Amino acid sequence: MAKWMSVAQVKEKIEESSAEEVTARYLEVIGKSKINGYLTVSDKALEQAKKIDKEGHSGPLAGVPIAIKDNISVVGLPNSCGSKILEGYVPPFNAHVIEKLLAAGAVVLGKTNMDEFAMGSSTETSHFGPTSNPWDLERVPGGSSGGSAAVVAAGEAPFALGSDTGGSVRCPAAFCGVVGLKPTYGAVSRYGVVAYANSLEQVGPLANNVEDIAVLMDVIAGYDRRDSTSINNKTECQKSLVDDVKGLKIGVPKEFFGEGIHPDVEKAVWDAIHKYESLGATWKEVSMPNIKYSLASYYIIAMCEASSNLARFDGTRYGFRENAENWHAMVSKTRADGFGTEVKRRILLGTYALSAGYHDKYYLKALKVRTLVKQDFDKALSAVDLLMAPTMPNPAFKIGEKIEDPLTLYLSDVNTCPINLAGVPSISVPCGFTDGLPIGLQIMGKPFDEPTVLRAAYTFEQNTDHHTKRPPEVA
Amino acid sequence: MITKEDVEHIGWLARIEINEQETVEYMEKLNSVLEYFGQLDELQTEDVAPTYHVAEIYNVFREDVVEECLPQETVLANTENKQDGAFRVPKIG
Repeated sequence: MAKWMSVAQVKEKIEESSAEEVTARYLEVIGKSKINGYLTVSDKALEQAKKIDKEGHSGPLAGVPIAIKDNISVVGLPNSCGSKILEGYVPPFNAHVIEKLLAAGAVVLGKTNMDEFAMGSSTETSHFGPTSNPWDLERVPGGSSGGSAAVVAAGEAPFALGSDTGGSVRCPAAFCGVVGLKPTYGAVSRYGVVAYANSLEQVGPLANNVEDIAVLMDVIAGYDRRDSTSINNKTECQKSLVDDVKGLKIGVPKEFFGEGIHPDVEKAVWDAIHKYESLGATWKEVSMPNIKYSLASYYIIAMCEASSNLARFDGTRYGFRENAENWHAMVSKTRADGFGTEVKRRILLGTYALSAGYHDKYYLKALKVRTLVKQDFDKALSAVDLLMAPTMPNPAFKIGEKIEDPLTLYLSDVNTCPINLAGVPSISVPCGFTDGLPIGLQIMGKPFDEPTVLRAAYTFEQNTDHHTKRPPEVA
Repeated sequence: MITKEDVEHIGWLARIEINEQETVEYMEKLNSVLEYFGQLDELQTEDVAPTYHVAEIYNVFREDVVEECLPQETVLANTENKQDGAFRVPKIG
């Protein structure tokens, strides 16, 4: 059985052999893993696959295995969010996206490593140690959905789910040479996904090709009344997969090619844009003057929302608890020992930015800047169909290289976080390599125009071979 | 600028115990991030409305009817600290 298979190939294999055999093969590959991509391998996966063989299943993903980020609730599997504070916690309910996947016949292989509570861009803040980048085991896979991207790149799952608050699907997709989509805000229900910053995050698919992203989107997207920001506006993604970009208007925002960008990244992205031109699209430079303020606005909003969301982790109802003489001391000690340094930093900064005397200076200001960033997107996307830019300004960095200084790490999100402020869809697709490390092209579209984003990504893939390259170290 | 006293105060507000050495470390790291955030002061935003989220939906209600919920024993299954069908915690003060 081939190590890297598309979903269509997996389905063929299941037809030829069985769901059990396919799942067993993935579990075997996971057993030999060198990357620490999974936190939990499901002991029910084989059973699930056998049941599908025995009883049959008419769903679009019957017997197809999938990896799930460890902040998306799956009944019976631990849900650690990469944190000590959720030690021993097993969710009693499924996330909406898991209900959808199980109804489609998918087999959950396991839960993948992530930055603690999705706070990071390298998967290094995980309580369970970093995941390695399959292209260079000494480098980070990106984050926070680093485990999900790495296991897909390493052939340990055909595809995976991640979550994207400020780039957490697209960053690891770019660093690991896979495809990752952040859907439009409201397109996918967040019910059962542990909240970090609600107004910014979406669940998103990661896969080895654009078609599999569309397959997964058609399963997980759609209205869910249990998420009050769910929007009833489902688009059919697979239908949009047409190899044609003639007449498509592309905007290239120069602010995404800022200081510090790696020259090979810049060149690979421009090569991609010229490829689109050769295929019949047109491009022009556009200006988005407030993009440079996105990072500060994003981090203030994310930290403020996090300080409120993470208040629920108090040792009372689940997870780790420190003993102490009274309630306040118990909660304070539990949180001191249960959370890692970066999570505590963000909670403290968020608490500060929301506290009396600072609310207007930081939080309200950031929300107003968010309006300006959103207006930049609205204006740019009124003149063109799509925007294109590098996903990450640089390729994957070394484990340990940026972890000491939080600001240095935050700066790596400069091209991904503006998209979450505006809520638009954005995909990262492989568009080249520098010194053996993958480079990602970011394609951004209008709200709920995933079809155009996917059509452009699909056309690029049909006319290039970057997505067919596999990491030699894990081959 | 955040002072040591500020760090202690927000540590209390956030219910995160912080020791003496950590207070200094947090103070330095938090100040460097806050300094970066200060760049937003360059922008004039008096006439700009805040965006709390981009979904154009407001007041999402449902009918006020009782629905099925998780059984009590399932809810309590994730902790050893329970008594008489409730979560057990130390006294408040």
